[in-house]
Amino acid sequence: MGPFTSREVRDRIARLEIPFNAFGFDPYGVSKSYLAQTFSIAEPFFKHYFSVKVRGAENVPARGRGMLVGNHSGGVAIDGAMVIASMFFAKDPPRLAQGMVEKFMNKVPFMSLLSNKTGQFTGLPEHAIRLLEDERLLMVFPEGSKGTAKLYKDRYSLVRFGTGFVRLAMRTKSPIIPFAFLGGGAAIPTIYNSVALGKLFGAPYVPITPYGVALPLPVKLEVEYGQPIMFEGTGAESDEIIGGYVEQVRTRIAEMMESGRLRRESDANATIRAFQRGDA
Amino acid sequence: MITGISGSTGRVVAMRLLEAGHEIIGIDKRSWADAPDGVEMHRVDIRSRPAEDVFRKTQPEVVVHMATVTHLLARSEDRYRINLGGTRAVFEHSKQYGVKHVIFVGRHTYYGAGPDTPLYHSEDEPPMAVTTFPELSDLVAADLYAGTALWRMPEMTTTVLRMCYTLGHSGQGTLASFVRGPRVPMILGFDPLYQFMHDSDVALAIECTLKSRVRGVYNVAGPQPVPLTLLIKTTGRTPTPLPEFIFRAALGRFGLPKLPPGALAHIKYPVVIDDRSFRAAAGYVHRVDEIECMRQYRQAFPILRD
Repeated sequence: MGPFTSREVRDRIARLEIPFNAFGFDPYGVSKSYLAQTFSIAEPFFKHYFSVKVRGAENVPARGRGMLVGNHSGGVAIDGAMVIASMFFAKDPPRLAQGMVEKFMNKVPFMSLLSNKTGQFTGLPEHAIRLLEDERLLMVFPEGSKGTAKLYKDRYSLVRFGTGFVRLAMRTKSPIIPFAFLGGGAAIPTIYNSVALGKLFGAPYVPITPYGVALPLPVKLEVEYGQPIMFEGTGAESDEIIGGYVEQVRTRIAEMMESGRLRRESDANATIRAFQRGDA
Repeated sequence: MITGISGSTGRVVAMRLLEAGHEIIGIDKRSWADAPDGVEMHRVDIRSRPAEDVFRKTQPEVVVHMATVTHLLARSEDRYRINLGGTRAVFEHSKQYGVKHVIFVGRHTYYGAGPDTPLYHSEDEPPMAVTTFPELSDLVAADLYAGTALWRMPEMTTTVLRMCYTLGHSGQGTLASFVRGPRVPMILGFDPLYQFMHDSDVALAIECTLKSRVRGVYNVAGPQPVPLTLLIKTTGRTPTPLPEFIFRAALGRFGLPKLPPGALAHIKYPVVIDDRSFRAAAGYVHRVDEIECMRQYRQAFPILRD
């Protein structure tokens, strides 16, 4: 697994309930050794740099299909990366959350290779259905790329949700586990999204921060998982019915984000008061 | 009756069906000098008049049509003649001379490779290979034409099998040829999955089709796919990643194969098929795993180093 793999990562990889062959590849080409290297890089970020606080990990089923559905937070994919890391480091036994990647990523050399070998496939309905039917854990951001484009001032808001995820959950009879991701907007305080720079790199846009590049600041991040939601049906229902279900999930996420915001603000105020008293 | 019987896979299929107690009639332009007793060989072109006479005289019950070629073996006009003309002749003769079951052996590359195609293809997907890899369009056309027999000739059972690459000791086939040399070119930054099955599992799948008499279009595969780097290393070769623009410029030079531009997509992106329907319908379970396929290929085609 490489010389830089930590003992914990090695131990958790061994406990992943994924059918790897003798060479350490699953039927989708997910590689044990790539997972080990990627999680070893993510470990210090998850545990120290962002000190990610995970709440409600027990709400995610220990095995079997499930869809983690939450808000985008932060202009680059630290939200997705830290959700995946939270399922790996803060869940026992660990689970591999598999995201749905933007289509352009699969055209970029090395990005394509890295995302495929760590189980992050192009966002196609066929991939989502197959992974769920194979009892995997899917990670979905129904805000899409508009969600990552949120500016700092909008960091506690939600943009419009796509509806495909609810149809998918109903069709495959998968529970939706809503989650709220907090702090990404403060870690990457986007003030402007440059479409022109994006064209240069083949991406939809590049976020610009007050200090220029979109390198994340060491801000404490939080992810909270809510109770699973099951919708009965076939997924072929009318847009009105599906829209209602989407709204239920969106409301649940918004509630968790709001309570998280209040918690973070009161924590921040407590810290400021402690400073003022000279305790800290 | 097996068309294309003299090819390496054709022979394996013939031997297996012979062992299962069938009488075999072989049609191929190529010879099979040491064909065993029980195989009645006819060295004719499937599109010729004598081939029709073989149908007329032998009145086969089942036809396994394997006489198709790929871009690596023939020029485009020949391919169209063999693949489309041959397939048409097989179905027309089969209808005329009362064949009960025609099994068309097609290829999984029908689905094509690309950055936004699904990893596992199911039978109901359209043939993207027509756009991504135009050199495969004759095989796609033959596959679709064979499928029309399902409604044009309802009195006959038609099975279209889309088979993945083969790999094993015979060393025949598109993939086996691609990884033959000591250094196998790859495109830098990409490592697609490759799916292959052993020749003996091809024969097994055809036997299962015969026994179950399943109608329809099915994907047929073997063990789970593996990344190209792993395939190259495990078969004793050396992966040689080249940036795409250098790869394009170097094709046909420095010992690299001369590939049509569409083939590049098949070196960057995977073509992997989902064969659950076939397994359920025909009761097929592959016997040879990916490790054994690669081991046999390596043993049969070792790279001799100084």
